[in-house]
Amino acid sequence: MKDTRCTAVLGTVASDSHMWNLMFLQLLLGEMGYRVVNLGVCVPAGFFLEQCRQHRPDLVVVSSVNGHGYTEGWALAELLRTDPALDGVPMVIGGKLGTAGPLDETQTADLLAAGFDAVFADGSDPRQFLDFVRRPVLVEAG
Amino acid sequence: MSTVTPGPFAAAVAAAHRRGEVVVQPRMGFGDPAVMRYGLATVARSRACTVGTITLDSYTRVGAHEAARRALVDGAPLNGFPIVAHGTGITREVLAEARAGGMPVQVRHGSARPEDIFAALLANGVDATEGGPVSYCLPYSRVPLREAVDSWKRCCAAYAGLREAGVEPHLESFGGCLLGQLCPPGLLVAVTLLEGMFFAQHGLRSVSLSYAQQVDHDQDVEALAALHRLIGEWLPGLDTHIVLYTYMGVYPRTRAGALELLGASARLAKHGGACRLLVKTPAEAHRIPTIAENVTALEYASRVAAAEGPADGPPGDTGVYAEARALIEAVLELDDDIGTALCRAFAKGYLDVPYCLHADNRGESRGFIDERGRLAWSAPGRMPVRAARGGVELTSSGLLLALSHVQRGFDRMGAGDRPE
Repeated sequence: MKDTRCTAVLGTVASDSHMWNLMFLQLLLGEMGYRVVNLGVCVPAGFFLEQCRQHRPDLVVVSSVNGHGYTEGWALAELLRTDPALDGVPMVIGGKLGTAGPLDETQTADLLAAGFDAVFADGSDPRQFLDFVRRPVLVEAG
Repeated sequence: MSTVTPGPFAAAVAAAHRRGEVVVQPRMGFGDPAVMRYGLATVARSRACTVGTITLDSYTRVGAHEAARRALVDGAPLNGFPIVAHGTGITREVLAEARAGGMPVQVRHGSARPEDIFAALLANGVDATEGGPVSYCLPYSRVPLREAVDSWKRCCAAYAGLREAGVEPHLESFGGCLLGQLCPPGLLVAVTLLEGMFFAQHGLRSVSLSYAQQVDHDQDVEALAALHRLIGEWLPGLDTHIVLYTYMGVYPRTRAGALELLGASARLAKHGGACRLLVKTPAEAHRIPTIAENVTALEYASRVAAAEGPADGPPGDTGVYAEARALIEAVLELDDDIGTALCRAFAKGYLDVPYCLHADNRGESRGFIDERGRLAWSAPGRMPVRAARGGVELTSSGLLLALSHVQRGFDRMGAGDRPE
C-alpha cells in the first residue's frame, strides 16, 4: 500500500553529534502523522541536500544543540534553497543555536534570510513549533 | 592474578585500591596550554586521590587539525586541548606540570578514527587513554562501524608499542556508557567487556572496563558485580580495573540535587568495587565546568567515597550477569576476530543500542524505566535478551519523561523531598 503520509526530513548540522533531540523529534513528528526520514547526527550539508532530493520532503527540520546551529545552519539553509525541488518547502531550525546562549534578533533574521521559515530558540513555546509543523499535514489532508 | 607491570596511570589506581581509596578524576580540557597546566596542577593539589585528565577539543576528535590550528592562531575558544595541533613541545610542557605534581594523566577524546591522536600520545609518552571501536563510533559519529573497528585495531597495535619504551600503556573502554541513558545494564556490561577483549586481542595488557551510573542503585551494584565476574572469566591475566562514570544523562539543575547524584555515584563506586570514578559537577546542566568547580566535585566525591564502606551483603540477581553473558557469547560465536564479530553482531542485531540512530545499528531495540524505577527492555529487537512485561513503546512525551527521570528525582531530593 502506498504511504500517503507527508514526509519530514530531520537532521542536524555537520559538527553536532547529539542524538536524543533527534530521537525525540522523530517520535513527535511520527505522532503528528509524518513519515520521518531521520538523517542522524553530524550530517554533512551535501548529504542533507542529496537526501532531500531523494525523499521530496513536505517539511525539513534541523535540530542542533552544540552551539554551531547558527553558523552551520545558515550555510545549510542557503545550500538547500539552491535546489528548485525544495522551493516552497517549509524549513525550520531549532535548539541551542549559539555558543553564547540564545540568538539575538539579527542572528535570527540571518537564519530567516538564509532560507528558514521559522527559528525556534531553546525555551521557546513548544506550541508554536507544533502549530508550524502541523501546517503541511493539514494542507495535504484538506 | 595479573603478571603485567602497569604503567604510571594504572599503577596509581591499583595503589589507591590497595589503600581502600577510590581514585576520582575530572573531565577537563583547555585550548590554552597555560590554562591546561594550571588545571592539572590544581587537580594535583586537591584534597582527593586524583588522576589528571586532558580532554581533547571537538576539532581534534574529528581530525580537523587545521581548524584547531586556526582557532589557536585566532585566539578562538576551543572546548578542549588540541594535542595534535599543539605538537610535542607544548604537550610535553603541559604533561611535565602534572608529573611534577606526582599525578598521572589520561587523555580523553571521543574519536571514532583516532590515528592522529594515538600518534600524538605515543610521541608524548602518554600512558593512558580511552575509547573503543563501538563506543566512540555508534553514539557520536556517522563513521561506518567497520572503519572504526579497523582504525581502532591499528591504534591498539601502535599503542601497545609504548611497551618498547618501557611503559605499559593503559586503555579504558567507554563501552559502559553508549548513549548514557535508557540502555539496560546487560548491554552496557557486554559492550565494555567485548571492547576490552578487542583491546587485548590487539596487544593491550592493561585495560579498564566502564559502567555509567543509571537509574537504580541496586541494579547498578548488580551490574558492577556482573562486570567483575565477567572480567575474571574473559580477561584473565590482564591488569584490569573498573571505572564508573557519574550519571551521563540529563543532569539535575539544582546544586543540591547535582551533589546528591554525585554522592550517590561515589557510594556506588564503593559498593560495586569500582576503583576509579569520573565525576560530574553541579555546573553540568548549565555549561562546561570551571577548574574550581571540578576540584570541588572531586573533593566532595572523594569524601563521600572515603566515608562509605563496602556493600552490606552480596548484590541481588535479577539477571544482569546472564543477559550480558548471553550477549557476549552470541557475539563471540560469530568470528574469532572480535572486531569482525562486533560488526556482524550489529548487522544481525545481536547487539542493538537502543535509540541509536547510527546506520550500522539496527535500531529495533528499546529500553524503558519500569514501574519499580529500573531499566528494562520494552523491545529487545533481535538480541538474546528478554523483554519485560508491561513495557510499552515510548511516545515523544514519554521519552522526555524517561530522559528527565533522574534529574527530576534528584532535584526534588535537593529541594528536601524524597525521590520517587
